[in-house]
Amino acid sequence: MPIDAHIPSGPLERKWERHKSDLELVHPRNKRKYDVLVVGSGLSGAAAAATLAELGYRVKCFCFQDSARRAHSIAAQGGINAAKNCCNDGDSVSRLFRDTIKGGDFRSREANVYRLAQISVDIIDQCVAQGVPFAREYGGLLQNRSFGGAQVSRTFYARGQTGQQLLLGAYQALSRQISLGNARMFSRTEMLDLVVIDGQAKGIVVRDLVSGEIASHAGDAVVLATGGYANMFYLSTNAKGCNATAAWRAYRRGAFFANPCFTQIHPTCIPVGGEHQSKLTLMSESLRNDGRVWVPRRREDCAKAPGSIPEEDRDYYLERKYPSFGNLAPRDIASRATKEVCDAGRGVGPGGLGVYLDFGDAIRQMGIETMRERYGNLFEMYERIRGENAYEVPMRMYPAMHYTMGGLWVDYHLMSNLPGLFVIGEANFSDHGANRLGASGLMQGLADGYFILPYTIGHYFASGRPSKTPADHPGFAAAEAGVKARLARLLSVQGKRTVTSFHRELGRLLWNDCGMTRSEAGLREALGRIPELRAEFWGDVRVSGSGGEMNADLERANQVADYLELSELVCRDALMRGESCGGHFRTESVTEDGEARRDDAQFAFVAAWECRGADREPMLHKEPLVYEEARMSTRSYR
Amino acid sequence: MHLSLRVWRQKSASAPGRFETYEARHVSPDMSLLEALDGVNEDLIASGGDPIAFDSDCREGICGACSVVIDGIPHGSRHGTTACQLHLRHFRDGATITLEPWRARPFPLIKDLVVDRHAFDRIIEAGGYVSVKTGGAPDGNAIPIPKTNVDRAMDAAVCIGCGACVAACKNASAMLFVASKVSHLSLLPQGRVERERRVLAMVRAMDDAGFGGCTVTGSCEAVCPKNIRIDVIARMNREYGRALLKGGSPELAL
Ligand SMILES: Cc1cc2nc3c(=O)[nH]c(=O)nc-3n(C[C@H](O)[C@H](O)[C@H](O)COP(=O)(O)OP(=O)(O)OC[C@H]3O[C@@H](n4cnc5c(N)ncnc54)[C@H](O)[C@@H]3O)c2cc1C
Ligand code: SF4
Ligand code: FES
Repeated sequence: MPIDAHIPSGPLERKWERHKSDLELVHPRNKRKYDVLVVGSGLSGAAAAATLAELGYRVKCFCFQDSARRAHSIAAQGGINAAKNCCNDGDSVSRLFRDTIKGGDFRSREANVYRLAQISVDIIDQCVAQGVPFAREYGGLLQNRSFGGAQVSRTFYARGQTGQQLLLGAYQALSRQISLGNARMFSRTEMLDLVVIDGQAKGIVVRDLVSGEIASHAGDAVVLATGGYANMFYLSTNAKGCNATAAWRAYRRGAFFANPCFTQIHPTCIPVGGEHQSKLTLMSESLRNDGRVWVPRRREDCAKAPGSIPEEDRDYYLERKYPSFGNLAPRDIASRATKEVCDAGRGVGPGGLGVYLDFGDAIRQMGIETMRERYGNLFEMYERIRGENAYEVPMRMYPAMHYTMGGLWVDYHLMSNLPGLFVIGEANFSDHGANRLGASGLMQGLADGYFILPYTIGHYFASGRPSKTPADHPGFAAAEAGVKARLARLLSVQGKRTVTSFHRELGRLLWNDCGMTRSEAGLREALGRIPELRAEFWGDVRVSGSGGEMNADLERANQVADYLELSELVCRDALMRGESCGGHFRTESVTEDGEARRDDAQFAFVAAWECRGADREPMLHKEPLVYEEARMSTRSYR
Repeated sequence: MHLSLRVWRQKSASAPGRFETYEARHVSPDMSLLEALDGVNEDLIASGGDPIAFDSDCREGICGACSVVIDGIPHGSRHGTTACQLHLRHFRDGATITLEPWRARPFPLIKDLVVDRHAFDRIIEAGGYVSVKTGGAPDGNAIPIPKTNVDRAMDAAVCIGCGACVAACKNASAMLFVASKVSHLSLLPQGRVERERRVLAMVRAMDDAGFGGCTVTGSCEAVCPKNIRIDVIARMNREYGRALLKGGSPELAL
């Protein structure tokens, strides 16, 4: 059954402007009457909560950390894209649009991406006004660097801490609204269910992570800004606390989940050190502005010290295979190329799972000081983890799970198929297709939160005139009872295996069968194993403590229980999509020279899955991808 | 390698606390200290014990969640390093490591190594922002900003709000935290418009939250994982004096 994304008519470049002026408005005096629940205080959530409160809505914002400022967005390093053409290198809105569409391998929605590129310009101005200290040239103007998948420099940055500075800008704007009494912040509070009444999202059930108390909040709209699900893989570059529970609970309540198999593996991360490892650390793509990726040409050189391998015996494989983009080939492509050379036995370091990222040439050309200024904090981070000085020896890198393009389905208004449920930031699926380009995640989160949702949510209130639901409606009590029962069940199993041991096993399984490459046989095997693992979990997990206290083990158990369901949908989607595109590489669908073979005739659609209960298979809805402006072509970075 | 972890255990703010010692076996020099704690917790859970509560999220030194006093020093003895980035290679095999929560009155204890740092949020709410609404911002290049100013603003803006400076200070002063935000914003033209109101309001919120005064011992600077220099405090004092001279009063700040 096709689904409607409500894309406005008219030429691509004018859709958003025209549509904005057609949207219905809520009178300023009436905004006070609407309660908006924003779950998440990352870039998208904090931006939305601050802006909605400025407009006059009554906002409640939730996060599981102890402060809104600690949301995972804080960790973004490299930068944020915007088509400001500061470098006079030919950038424009339409070029950013085309790069993003192509980067996503023609699996994103054209109208959304165009709007994103248009809004990108305003984001930078907004952030500068908030006091974000973006890098500047000596003349005092904004400076840019390059990121993958682009041949222009359009990435704005604040050293290696761009996400931190952007998030603090949004957090501070939100703090101001809190002090003015327009917004309330609920930190250390985790959403555990969505309340849907008469088909509309009307509230959430939360757990106070300090006292363990279960409560609900009623609202006229619920905004999920809860981030991605990369931590399903156990090891990822995401913060430890990131999880999929809010999105998954919404799916179980009827919201469609779109393109779950579109997950991103980042090519340059610090390789896994051992079994104990709790997470992986990204080394920003920006490093590849100056760092060159290589492995030894010959297997027998792999154990030698990198400095002793002469230039002619090195294989700069990204530069060799993709001369026009070189080390800044997009992530999916760079990751696969890395896997390929390591699988061929030319990887370096323990287990042969590593490649060099070498700054030798850049240091010789520009000096150590320039490198320190550009990437000082990243080199330090590397030194702390590996105990090696990357100014002297090349870094050792391997791909790692990083980002999820898939997420809850939303229409052009960023509203899910459930009226009143909006989804923004990494939690939705909308803009990155099958592969996200570097520095576009921050851009999308802020576009959604500052500049799109504040318009479209008003239209929902004004045109839909949703009915008020009192907080004592029985729907809330029922949802609370469900949450309590589930937590009690987790605590009552008292089996022998820890939550972490299940999570690790699931992560390994997904990394092997649904990671950088995927095959029908592997996916079928995973689809057989996941339900078994889920049954083992519910029969043998051991969760400590009680529900009435601070209990990280219980929180984790509840999240892993959700991963054990979500992972099945991810594999199912990966199996259904019998083409290779972006980060989704099916070994059955390759060209003669080993590159991804997309199949537009069969798969040019968004796969939106509908939950039909725990015991029935989910139903697939297809949103056809129609391109008016971009021409679907084979993606080449050679 | 093998380590003993001597950890502060306390069920809640009102319950009594005590040290308990746990053996961290099978740890390796490449592990981080928090990963060693994860391992101890895994053992505790498997044996029916009560795992140790501690805060952490990014584990990359940027979110500011982790907050452990390690052998008497907030975040441990490695300069410019958060607890989550401290690796075991910096400890002696067989060592006993003592882990305690931040201890400061404005940061009440919640459980074990976890404390409540809302006081910091309240200080930012009092004035740690530029009062601009979304939309209508001028072009980001409309006002050129000297590179040195931006660089200095950034040096201060990197504060992660961890609270180690408070935990290290015998007066539990929050000056380094507050001064880093005041410096960041007062070094930029966008932040200058409200500079007087901001510094007065933030200092007042800091005092109201019960943080102590600064006696310039430098203990905050020594533990700050982001290497924020005590110079920011001098800058804030100048900003404060300037605000008073311009007719502001601490009482009128709000
Ligand atoms: C290491 C790293 C570096 C990156 N670098 C870049 C970069 O340089 N450029 C770029 O463009 N992108 C980058 N990204 C991607 C980008 O940072 C993220 O996609 C983006 O920040 C996500 O923002 P968000 O607002 O969607 O969610 P997040 O920042 O993940 O925030 C999620 C919020 O939801 C809350 N939450 C989640 N679940 C619940 C629940 N059940 N109940 C209550 N609250 C909940 C959390 O507390 C948090 O506040 C990077 C990502 C990583 C991991
Ligand atoms: S000033 Fe330093 S020690 Fe204090 S909160 Fe900021 S980062 Fe932490
Ligand atoms: S866990 Fe984020 S700074 Fe330590």
